[in-house]
Amino acid sequence: MTTLSHLAALEAESIHILREATAEATRPVLLYSIGKDSAVLLHLALKAFYPSKPPMPLLHVNTTWKFREMITFRDQRAKEVGMELISHTNQDGIARNIVPFGPTAGIYTDVMKTAALKQALDLHGFDVAFGGARRDEEKSRAKERVVSVRSEAHRWDPKNQRPEPWRLFNTRKQPSQSLRVFPLSNWTEADVWAYIQAENIPVVPLYFAAPRPVVERSGTLLMVDDNRLPLLPGERPQTKVIRFRTLGCYPLTGAVESHAATLPEIVAEMQGARTSERQGRLIDHDGAASMERKKQEGYF
Amino acid sequence: MQAALRVSDTFAPATLDNVIALPAKTQSTQATDQSTLMPWGEGQEEGLTRPAPVQPVKPAERSLLRFITCGSVDDGKSTLIGRLLFDSQVLLDDQLAALKKDSAKSAHTDGEIDYSLLLDGLAAEREQGITIDVAYRYFSTPRRAFIVADTPGHEQYTRNMATGASTADLAIILIDARKGVLAQTKRHLQIVSMLGVRHIVLAINKMDLVDHSQARFREIDQAFRQHARDTGFTTLISIPMSAKLGENVRDNAPSMPWYTGPTLLNVLETADVAASASQQSARFVVQWVNRAGADFRGYSGALVSGHLSPGDKVRALPSGQTATVARIVTFNGDLDQAVTGQAPTLVLDRQIDVSRGDVIVADDGTAQASRRFDADLLWMGNAGYDPSRALLLKIGAKSVPVRLDTRDMTVLNITTGARVLGNALNSNDIAQVALEADTAVVAERYADSRELGGFILIDRETSETVALGMVKDVVTAAQAAEPKGEAEDANPATHTRWITKPADTRWRSFAKAVSWRATGSVDTFVLAYIFTGHVKTAAAISVTEIGTKIFLYFFHERLWQWLAIGRQDKGSKD
Repeated sequence: MTTLSHLAALEAESIHILREATAEATRPVLLYSIGKDSAVLLHLALKAFYPSKPPMPLLHVNTTWKFREMITFRDQRAKEVGMELISHTNQDGIARNIVPFGPTAGIYTDVMKTAALKQALDLHGFDVAFGGARRDEEKSRAKERVVSVRSEAHRWDPKNQRPEPWRLFNTRKQPSQSLRVFPLSNWTEADVWAYIQAENIPVVPLYFAAPRPVVERSGTLLMVDDNRLPLLPGERPQTKVIRFRTLGCYPLTGAVESHAATLPEIVAEMQGARTSERQGRLIDHDGAASMERKKQEGYF
Repeated sequence: MQAALRVSDTFAPATLDNVIALPAKTQSTQATDQSTLMPWGEGQEEGLTRPAPVQPVKPAERSLLRFITCGSVDDGKSTLIGRLLFDSQVLLDDQLAALKKDSAKSAHTDGEIDYSLLLDGLAAEREQGITIDVAYRYFSTPRRAFIVADTPGHEQYTRNMATGASTADLAIILIDARKGVLAQTKRHLQIVSMLGVRHIVLAINKMDLVDHSQARFREIDQAFRQHARDTGFTTLISIPMSAKLGENVRDNAPSMPWYTGPTLLNVLETADVAASASQQSARFVVQWVNRAGADFRGYSGALVSGHLSPGDKVRALPSGQTATVARIVTFNGDLDQAVTGQAPTLVLDRQIDVSRGDVIVADDGTAQASRRFDADLLWMGNAGYDPSRALLLKIGAKSVPVRLDTRDMTVLNITTGARVLGNALNSNDIAQVALEADTAVVAERYADSRELGGFILIDRETSETVALGMVKDVVTAAQAAEPKGEAEDANPATHTRWITKPADTRWRSFAKAVSWRATGSVDTFVLAYIFTGHVKTAAAISVTEIGTKIFLYFFHERLWQWLAIGRQDKGSKD
């Protein structure tokens, strides 16, 4: 009989989650980080509420260190879909000159991402925030619920999570609590790309291979996106054909040398890929427990 | 041999051939450079070599299988899943490097790769060497994508396993070949059976530690089948394996030539778990009323069974109003037919009363809204059931206040399968209990519908999920309204209770106390005035009486609620 394909089943599940949490939210928001997962999440939101617009704004936590192409793409995409875009930057961090290298590198993520996100959620009174995190990304995510309850301080308590049988999500919360909701929990990186291809979803051009200026720093290819990244002695930008598997702040995001310039080529390259996408994220390298700690403190 | 024979009952030979041929086929597609990419130092005999990645086969045609693994840490469960991930090449070089590093650090291994470390997600748990929650893992083969629910055989096992099993199509029950069928095996069987998992793989693991003995395998297989006899499974396949050595996980094991059945991965790839829901009558759960502009009013939701097309006559429940499907709207265009599992937006030909949580059903009389039903309940709250706390029932997309009627509650002994009368529900207890919702909801027997038969209970004060439940029997409005129990033919034992023994809540008892006292006190005042002739005295007597007797009445009423003496229907329970 009719059984939905793998991708169709994932899509239906995500749409179900988006609607359940939105229907019971007071002020929902879609965290839009501009990457491929956000692109899929936004697409699913457009589908879930069609022909209505998704009844929520997009929130981008802007560290000011994103690739320029990401910001261009962000503004263009928000205009296309006709949704309100809120961009939030931690001004306190800017004033303290917290940058992703040098002595402030260690607190950069906490200040410019985690604290900034909490500020934005509090400022606008968002009670339900959708994010594009997937459980296959990282070990500590594998146990996080689809609907994740956060305390007033936005903290996650991995020891005290609500059971989620079937797809009956408990979206009730105490007045002080908020919810982080992850409709893509059950997707893998391969699923995301296959879906982007199947649905022809626009993504940032940085995912496609092109000649770009890079420096190699401790084994990682960093793109020199503007002149704010101080070059170390002996470093000289070279032009290489590269692309990104994951996008974040450019001084923290490693590129891969690749000639995959189209979606089918990316999907094919993925099938043969021998490293995980988070390999390119410098933030995760301090050990298996680091992401769990960040999440407990309120990171997405 | 026996297992192999049973397998051929459930798996078409042609399909099986395809699957067995698969690893060989994949080997040839892209064999270049695999050896240099192999991170493994040892054990690279023919059978253990990683096959090259297969070129993507139309992802659109790949199906999805959700399964759960049941067993304790000692059975090698995490090792088995780690091995499946490894064998299906889901692990990437940096993850393998991290695994090797972690294995070297781990106190639980002697230098070998510890596959189980892949599964133990959270730092605290890693230190304890056990997993304590539900974790989900993903891998895929060219045929199928898999979602694995990994649940512990330890603390909170019942609750976590039930959660994992609730979405599973298939369960792998692990047994240590040295230990055989244990009490925990029976518990696992009970839980997956109760949660409606119909396909079981019995993984008899650690065969290398019993000399790959066929006799031992048979003995365990038969003991297990004995226990599984009455649990209603559709398929049950036993496989002798060693997860650590990868024997019969993906590849057949030369060490057990006597076993000619499929490997675990063969079974996972070919198990026919197509849901029967698509054959059933249409049920569309309304999640969100979609008002896109003044002219558009649709209902966004999930078609949880059956199919719908424009022109179909439907009924909205609980309102009972009927309409015809005018359009089935999706982002990718209108559909001629919506099938089970899809999440479109329905437009009806007329305005009827439909709101979030309502269910739009095929107008064939097979669905009804009801306030009362009997259910299997698994208590999940850390604190036990407390009758004074207000509960919410969430079923489908509907949340309504609900009350438990525990007077005839039976609690299951999960190891023996026996049920005993009881009135306490503690964490991880399983009980059969009656529920009464404040307003009618569409509930179906769990055996007929996971989507409309499974529910959760939420504590209204803490907002925590405190129980999950499965509807066993629905008492329809018509049955409940019957003055006597004659109309109930199907199951009089459960149905008549509602008619002959209406339950009084504390509130109702209190209201009765107040109304009775008001009447009584007026009477007292009148009598006291007649006897004494003093208005003041009469008033004083009757006012004092209000204060004292309201409470006396209330406790007296509750006492009689509690006493079973003189009740008619106690015998019908058995």
